[in-house]
Amino acid sequence: MMHSVLLVAVVGLVTFALRAAPFLILGGDRKSPEFISYLGRVLPAAVMGMLVIYCLRNVSFSETGLWLPQLLCTGVVVLVHALKRSTLLSILSGTVCYMLLVQLVF
Amino acid sequence: MKRADIIRKALRDTLPVLAGYVVLGIGFGMLLKARGYGWLFSLYMSVGIYAGSMQFLLIDMLTESVSLVSAALTAFLVNCRHLFYSISMVDRYKNTGRAKPYLIYALTDETYSLVSTEDSLPPGQRKTYYLAVSVIDQLYWVGGCVLGSLLGSALKFNTEGIDFALTALFVCIFTEQWLAGKEHISAALGLGLSLLCLLIFGSESFLIPSMAAIVAAMALVRGREAKA
Repeated sequence: MMHSVLLVAVVGLVTFALRAAPFLILGGDRKSPEFISYLGRVLPAAVMGMLVIYCLRNVSFSETGLWLPQLLCTGVVVLVHALKRSTLLSILSGTVCYMLLVQLVF
Repeated sequence: MKRADIIRKALRDTLPVLAGYVVLGIGFGMLLKARGYGWLFSLYMSVGIYAGSMQFLLIDMLTESVSLVSAALTAFLVNCRHLFYSISMVDRYKNTGRAKPYLIYALTDETYSLVSTEDSLPPGQRKTYYLAVSVIDQLYWVGGCVLGSLLGSALKFNTEGIDFALTALFVCIFTEQWLAGKEHISAALGLGLSLLCLLIFGSESFLIPSMAAIVAAMALVRGREAKA
């Protein structure tokens, strides 16, 4: 049990260190280097793209059930959002479609 | 906007996170319980680590009693993407005062996706929003983890697939930013380079190359713009 407690502590420390390092290195409340400000402006959009791919990383074309529900419902979210521009509606419709597909069809 | 309105906005914006976190948290708690760890340990993990995918990975490592060094190394590789998030939050989290250490600790993927894209509030009011989103998200996660441990395997409702809510959240934010006409080049590079790295390096190890490629591409784009 002691080893488990230590394992969690170590993993927790590493995780926090990763989250905190840029703030420590790039300094308190003084003005940040311009390249960092630039990254602050452009990275969020790129990271959302990366997170979309990250969430879909286990899509596989070896079986229909491993790609069709994910890709179809991703399409549903994009389409509903383009039409209605309501975050909640887009997420709800995509998730309900996905649950119905994986529970009833595949 | 009044303080109460900002908190109400935060509650509304975090609804998809509620769905995703509570369900994943319950799943985590149940799995942990099945390996013989109770709710107190679930609370300890969700507060001490507060990173979903790492917590799931650690369940197996606990039962196999891996060494502290290899656990630290795994945590570094899995959570490297947080370096990336923090770099882009340095400016936004400036002047957040005493809340700053907590805001940094609580910067998960989902919290990041909301706080890094908030542009509708005037800068002076954003600190309240950042803090509200961070606290609400963590309550959902910790609540889910503890609840899962307490429920054990008593829960019978079929929630299979509900974790798609988190994928949908990211897809939705991506689409919204795209439609709002912001940073098309950067969004396309993020999506395209990550896909490319996924195809080359595989699902286990594509994140770090993706991040390196994205920063390199951004530096190139900026160099171009400076010249033009």
